[in-house]
Amino acid sequence: MSLELKNVEKKVGIETHIHSTNIKLEKNTINILLGSTLAGKTTLMQIMAGLDKPTSGEIWFNGKNVTGTEVQKRNCSMVYQQFINYPNFTVFENIASPLKITGINSDEIKERVGKVSELLKLSAMLNKKPDELSGGQQQRTALARALVKDSDLILLDEPLANLDFKLREELREELPKLFEDRDCIVVYATTEPLDALMIGGNTATLLEGKIIQYGKTLDVYSKPENLTSAKVFSDPPMNVADIKKSGDTFKLNNNNVQWKSNVKIKDGNYKIGIRPYNITTYKEGNNSIEINGKVLISEISGSESLIHFTNGNLNWVSLSNGIQQKNIGEETKLYMNVDEFLYFDQNNSLVNNG
Amino acid sequence: MAKITLKNLSHSYLTKQNSDSDWALRDVNIDWKDGGAYALLGPSGCGKTTLLNIISGLLNPTKGKVLFDDKDMTTLNPIERDIAQIFQFPVIYDTMTVYNNLAFPLKNRGLSENEIDSQVKKIAEMLELTSTLNNKASGLTADGKQKISLGRGLVRSDVNVIMFDEPLTVIDPHLKWVLRSKLKELHQKINRTMIYVTHDQIEALTFADQVVVMHEGQIVQTGTPVELFEKPKHTFVGHFIGSPGMNILPCEIKNGQISFEGKILPSNTNIKKTNFSKTQVGIRPEFIKFSNDGIPVKIKRVSDTGRHKVIDTECSSGSIKILANTSTQIPSGSAHITFDQKHTYAYGDNWIIE
Repeated sequence: MSLELKNVEKKVGIETHIHSTNIKLEKNTINILLGSTLAGKTTLMQIMAGLDKPTSGEIWFNGKNVTGTEVQKRNCSMVYQQFINYPNFTVFENIASPLKITGINSDEIKERVGKVSELLKLSAMLNKKPDELSGGQQQRTALARALVKDSDLILLDEPLANLDFKLREELREELPKLFEDRDCIVVYATTEPLDALMIGGNTATLLEGKIIQYGKTLDVYSKPENLTSAKVFSDPPMNVADIKKSGDTFKLNNNNVQWKSNVKIKDGNYKIGIRPYNITTYKEGNNSIEINGKVLISEISGSESLIHFTNGNLNWVSLSNGIQQKNIGEETKLYMNVDEFLYFDQNNSLVNNG
Repeated sequence: MAKITLKNLSHSYLTKQNSDSDWALRDVNIDWKDGGAYALLGPSGCGKTTLLNIISGLLNPTKGKVLFDDKDMTTLNPIERDIAQIFQFPVIYDTMTVYNNLAFPLKNRGLSENEIDSQVKKIAEMLELTSTLNNKASGLTADGKQKISLGRGLVRSDVNVIMFDEPLTVIDPHLKWVLRSKLKELHQKINRTMIYVTHDQIEALTFADQVVVMHEGQIVQTGTPVELFEKPKHTFVGHFIGSPGMNILPCEIKNGQISFEGKILPSNTNIKKTNFSKTQVGIRPEFIKFSNDGIPVKIKRVSDTGRHKVIDTECSSGSIKILANTSTQIPSGSAHITFDQKHTYAYGDNWIIE
């Protein structure tokens, strides 16, 4: 089983919504589409489902060209951000609805609904109507409906976005388990980098209608091919600064922070990307350098402290463990973990990818 | 600006109340100091919106009083209370310029052109809207519009309190960081009483000096972010604050000590009272370590979030989550764990035993 987009492009009027896209998704994988609003996630999913046609290019499923095949003729389920259920059906009837259309006998329907509702902790609610359920339970019902038939392709479009923080955390954890024993391809769209990291699988980073990078989630995170992919996959936002390298010495432009590194790149101008948790109020790793900052604001979340500060003409964000109380305007010393720096060339491509 | 006192507030949407669950709010008592930054945190359905509506005057409480600077406001309508409120979705006038949107609340109060001009420019500067003041509001992005809503809430200097009702829900993660720290910075600059209502623990903890955690219509704990994290007074706070939340497992109390999995757990608690119908031990994932002896567990799953590893383990009393550094070597199969004594708490009928 595989789903392949070949040179798929989508234009609406003179605007290009999806630039020429090539991607191949394999059987038994969860694939995250990660990007901000308007990055093209929903459009891509609608094209995958057959709800929308590409302007050019082809969609292949299991080695068969399905471009132009209607959604009804593809074995596919979709769950949206807004929970959609039939309000006058019970939870049982809602979940059973896709099976009834296919004419499966009622014993088997009962068995399959029972199994999937157990998985999604809905067993006690099967006789209730959707408006008697909490938001999380309603979205679980919508998920159960997508899972109850053996779809080849399951598309989840920001399914957790409308849920409370804690419910999101819970379902995010359950989701990968739901698909463990199923023969299907799952596509999951989200704006949240943490969703991708917690779910795992593969991730495609998207920006402005383009897939920037696709690969194993942790690889895309730790070895972003370019600065754009790194930025899309960083929350809080990544710190980026211009630097110059000569010999084994690296220096931030516009101030005197410098360090040594054996990163094998030519002398010249580069950019570095530093994730906020690699700038801390204490030394971390074997190779750390000092940076002075003037505190803009500090935010404490109980177990961690975010300190926003300025250095040179740049705003920086640091994330430390524990309680690190700093006052606005305070001059403070922070430490950067040199071994975790990402170096990008003038074309924004990652250069220390060894 | 005013000090806000809520006295013995209870509210029910029913005309007759038979049990606790018929109350949307139960005996809420709060003292909010003039100029403080506060958050109301809880899942949907916990009563936080009911409470907000009672403070703003959209709802009259069944019992209790609302006082501003010790003056009884309970029966006054919203206009008489002088409150600014910012909602989940931007409320702006599309046909007006950014400037006129910000000036609107001041014009309504008959301020002079000069006063209006200086106040609008001051707020625009803080929100980095100065360059767009003459643009039509209709062309702005969602976060741009929400910034104007924020600005309109902040522009009046004579309001008693500014209330934010999940103001960042529609904002992309990348911009949330920016707006959130902006808001915190603004609070420190203008020093008005601000109440921030949200289900998102990160927003609440980073914004507020004092967080009120609500659960099923009751306040379960009020405290600084550090207090809520370090010493949850109720199992709900332990679960709700922190990501992942606190591990809470059944235990026994023997001779004033916690007995868990057949072992006596060292804790900070000196247990005198024992007549509970349910006793539990609470330990945060941050405070568990692998060790040579201790509680035997099975490793079920390891997720790497780039910054941490979240390890799902199981013992005979239930599942236990552990948070570890990415560099930590995770044993496979079976392992032993120990709890940090300083952070091990006992709970009786969900409330901390101390």
